[in-house]
Amino acid sequence: MNFLSFLISGVSLGGIYALIALGYTMVYGIAKMLNFAHGDVIMIGGYMAYTLCSTMGMNPMIGVIGSVAVCTLLGVTIERFAYKPLRTAAPLAVLITAIGVSYLLQNLALLIFGSAAKSFTSVVSIKGISLFDGELVVSGETLVTIVVSVVIMIALTLFVNKTKPGRAMRAVSEDKGAAQLMGVNVNATIALTFAIGSALAAVAGLLLCSSYPSLSPYTGAMPGIKAFTAAVFGGIGSIPGAMIGGILLGIIENLSKGYISTELSDAIVFSILIIILLVKPTGILGKKISEKV
Amino acid sequence: MKKIIALLLSAILVLVCFASCGSTEEAGNANDEAVIRIGGIGPLTGDASVYGTAAMNGAQLAVNEINAAGGINGIKVEFRAEDDVHDAEKSVNAYNILKDWGMDALVGTVTSNPCIAVKDEAANDNIFLLTPSGTAVECIDVPNAFRVCFSDPNQGVASADYIADNAIATKIAVIYNSSDAYSTGIYEKFNAQAGVKGLEIVAAESFTADTKTDFSAQIQNIKNSGAELVFLPIYCQEASLILNQAKQAGLSVKFFGCDGLDGILSIENFDTSLAEGVMLLTPFSKDAQDEATQNFVKAYRENYDEETLNQFAADGYDAVYIIKAAAEKAGITADMSASEICDALKVAMTEISVDGVTGEGITWTADGEPSKAPKAVIIKDGVYTSMD
Repeated sequence: MNFLSFLISGVSLGGIYALIALGYTMVYGIAKMLNFAHGDVIMIGGYMAYTLCSTMGMNPMIGVIGSVAVCTLLGVTIERFAYKPLRTAAPLAVLITAIGVSYLLQNLALLIFGSAAKSFTSVVSIKGISLFDGELVVSGETLVTIVVSVVIMIALTLFVNKTKPGRAMRAVSEDKGAAQLMGVNVNATIALTFAIGSALAAVAGLLLCSSYPSLSPYTGAMPGIKAFTAAVFGGIGSIPGAMIGGILLGIIENLSKGYISTELSDAIVFSILIIILLVKPTGILGKKISEKV
Repeated sequence: MKKIIALLLSAILVLVCFASCGSTEEAGNANDEAVIRIGGIGPLTGDASVYGTAAMNGAQLAVNEINAAGGINGIKVEFRAEDDVHDAEKSVNAYNILKDWGMDALVGTVTSNPCIAVKDEAANDNIFLLTPSGTAVECIDVPNAFRVCFSDPNQGVASADYIADNAIATKIAVIYNSSDAYSTGIYEKFNAQAGVKGLEIVAAESFTADTKTDFSAQIQNIKNSGAELVFLPIYCQEASLILNQAKQAGLSVKFFGCDGLDGILSIENFDTSLAEGVMLLTPFSKDAQDEATQNFVKAYRENYDEETLNQFAADGYDAVYIIKAAAEKAGITADMSASEICDALKVAMTEISVDGVTGEGITWTADGEPSKAPKAVIIKDGVYTSMD
């Protein structure tokens, strides 16, 4: 029963990591850059929902839609003004810009919302279920998180594999130059990727804050790093890899907390990452890049 | 172009000269005035802001009252609070700002970790330090530092005693923050005293500053351990998450905390029904009927938010009155330097007995520890209610 309980909370946490990791991995796959501001988009999503629902007293549904809309817009704006001018610059310059954007978002949130943590009201109104005479309780948030992340992953896989914009994304990711020659609008495709990634970040942010209802300007930082780890773990650039990586990371983290040590859980998670990368440097599902000699 | 730059640079140079002149003049003037400057340091923003804001409000209130009544030994008191965001480095910066301002005595810092950093600076400069609520043992392990509140060992021992003596529970689980001196300190003493008192610690769970959001594994382990009571020697931000997740997981036990939990009801948007029945040890209860408490509560309500009217406000308020009592005992005069004031106050502290809102007849030993009895409160219908 214990094992099942740890497993379910692990899958729920992993689902959130996976949703965030999708944003990292898609952007990396297509723009070949690490968007370190991604974690802070989550935090902005949380604050949007907080403002709409708790401060202005609107329906949670409006909070969800509003926060997804704002984050999508934010993602596209960041790409347009911070990353697009650097499209041909050295990768290091883009990386530093991303870190800069991350600090900008954190400090903006500090300025607007203050640094005191706020208690987030869950946007999930489903009651939890109690099994085996209350020995195993699964909260509504956990159920919704698992269902939502599975649905989003399926939808995203279908989108990338079956639709025209999806095909454009795959083409850009494979060879930007060739895709452009074939008539793919590379800039629009990259903007679309940021839009989707940021919308997923908003959803992840809402689920994160509903499960762990504390919201501060640094809420997104740690989950962002964990999700980045999950993306690398699963093979950065690979969409199924991010999903598997995220869920595995959540499960490992929770099981090591439950059975080994709550203090060492992060150390264990990252040790496993190191071991996997030693054995399989491209991650679980990462593509092997053959060097041309 | 070069000319313009040269002009600009020389203009800046001239400006800088003027600016520095201005500030030295100001500082000079300020030092000539006959006032006692009391500095305050605490987290006014950030996760722990509820503690700092409360303590600094309390201190300001006491200073206002003292000035209205003629000051200390007839000398007016000035108070200035600086923010440290519960961060040791920022706290030392705040200390330096106050030192430049001409601080004669420090009420601070409010939280333990920053206080441990600041006390060394204060010891080097020989400036009198009175922490309203720095509970870690190391906060006052220098000769010039004293405190208003209980120490961590004192809280841990008192909590175990209270739980055992009032037969609240026998099977105890603990969740503590292993990356925080305050939390670990209380836990260790609680653990030792629990053994003496025949309490059984069935689960000791911990978390760190990096893993302070997801408590599902800890809660599941506690659920399995069959604990009747969970002891939370932590700050209220994490406690609010634990209470929320415990409810989601269907864990129905009693919760018992220390002064860190004081303030849980004022977290923005927190569902106070989650904290129903939570017990905590605190030296101050705003429902107490004695005259000193009633007067303080009334004055505080007139000036500040009800939300921050907690133990920390009382600690800050008492801190200033304690300095006043010691300063009067020592016969502090306006022309004494901060170092002379410190030497005089150090001696006077061990000779005074203060009736404050956090305890009656509080006395101090030379190592800076106060002696007073703790009170227990329980959260009922969303307010702190005395248990006695």
